[in-house]
Amino acid sequence: MKPRKDLITIGSLSDEEINTILDSATAMKDIFTKSVKKVPALKGKSVLTLFYEPSTRTRSSFEVAAHRLSADVTTFTVGTSSVVKGESVHDTIDTLMSMKMDYIIVRHKNSGIPDVIARHCKAAVINAGDGAHAHPSQAFLDAFTIREKYGTVAGKRVVIIGDILHSRVARSTSTILQRLGAQVAYMGPGPLVPLQAHTGIPRFTDWDAVFDWKPDIIYLLRVQNERIDTPFFPAGDYHQAFGVTEERLKIIDDLDLGIMHPGPVNRGVELCDAAMEYRNCLVCNQVENGIAARMSILYHLTPQTQNND
Amino acid sequence: MGAIGASEISAAICGWTERIAAAAEESSERLAVIGLISHGDLLAQRLVAGLKARGIDALYGAIDISLYRDDADMRAEKLPLRSSYLPFSTDGLHVILVDDVLYTGRTIRAALNALFEYGRPARVELQTLADRGGREVPICADYTCFHIEPEDGREVRVRLVETDGEDKIEF
Repeated sequence: MKPRKDLITIGSLSDEEINTILDSATAMKDIFTKSVKKVPALKGKSVLTLFYEPSTRTRSSFEVAAHRLSADVTTFTVGTSSVVKGESVHDTIDTLMSMKMDYIIVRHKNSGIPDVIARHCKAAVINAGDGAHAHPSQAFLDAFTIREKYGTVAGKRVVIIGDILHSRVARSTSTILQRLGAQVAYMGPGPLVPLQAHTGIPRFTDWDAVFDWKPDIIYLLRVQNERIDTPFFPAGDYHQAFGVTEERLKIIDDLDLGIMHPGPVNRGVELCDAAMEYRNCLVCNQVENGIAARMSILYHLTPQTQNND
Repeated sequence: MGAIGASEISAAICGWTERIAAAAEESSERLAVIGLISHGDLLAQRLVAGLKARGIDALYGAIDISLYRDDADMRAEKLPLRSSYLPFSTDGLHVILVDDVLYTGRTIRAALNALFEYGRPARVELQTLADRGGREVPICADYTCFHIEPEDGREVRVRLVETDGEDKIEF
């Protein structure tokens, strides 16, 4: 693929770029099975994780990915940084550029911040989630997980269930799955399933319609209580209406459907305990594949920090 | 522009196989033929098949060395990585590394680093279909079928039936 500095959205990538990153993720995953789980591809490069929002798994997944490529990783913890003292994003960028970082991995509660940072620095910038906008590395790991389990993404039918409105995962993952030829549908509480912005996607309001659609994969979104000021439902009510209950799990098992979730799972809300043990529950595969997908993303981006400027 | 055709390549690979077979009969170590992706792996497959026809059982492996290159971040275009295939430890083996064209030697430097993460071979040899000179690191091949001196630093391109529809070396 031609040199690309940043990864901000799936929509900005060509089909060739999407396929190249997915193909390479397979080879990256092979590294995990070797006794030496590390390759020198990014030796001497600096990777910074800049998370303005709390995240454990995405950040540690990127950190593990960077370590396995032999990069040096610095964690910029916003809670203890000057950001809380009022430093602007631009000043933070200047500070980071003075540190000569080659890759910056950004998460921010506002959409568009990673793009602003990308346009103002020479480092390769990876969007690790910006508001309700995009989460491209999640999209890659989801597509990779489906391809690994089913051989291909094309022709698969995936229902994404939950709070679509506030979900950058829904946006990025449905974009990549559609680009790869899958069919996507949404199901969730009416006010949280937008009519605009996602075209050509069927919308359902209950599980009967979901099963009638004959999906291959059920993708549960996390209920993001931290993003919504007033919870719409008590957890138990949500589970009964939109979660994978034990009764629904039996149907899912009979139909041999896959279950995915971006994590962390709220047990008893999106998924019952038994669903986590279900043979086609791909949640742990998603975590492992997240490292491989992020290694592939880091490897394929090209920072413009070659010259000493 | 020069070229080496299919019949010459076929004869050369036949002679190459004979040479490995003769060495294998004198050697006490288990033989592994490991090709560098891409093209080296295809040549390694042909050599292993040829050895098998002569009653010699050699292990086959293939490695993608992209992640071990010293210029990974300088390359204009990064190709998708391919999975290495090395389903055995290289401990104690007599490894023959196979590539299509030996040029700067940087690929082989990277290949040695990659190879040693799979074990500690008893010894490693480098054998290539062609050698075009132009070394930038102190590496040389133990055996080469064709020594080529391309005019004006022209590229040497190897085409193989398996991926390109014909066996041909162009330079």
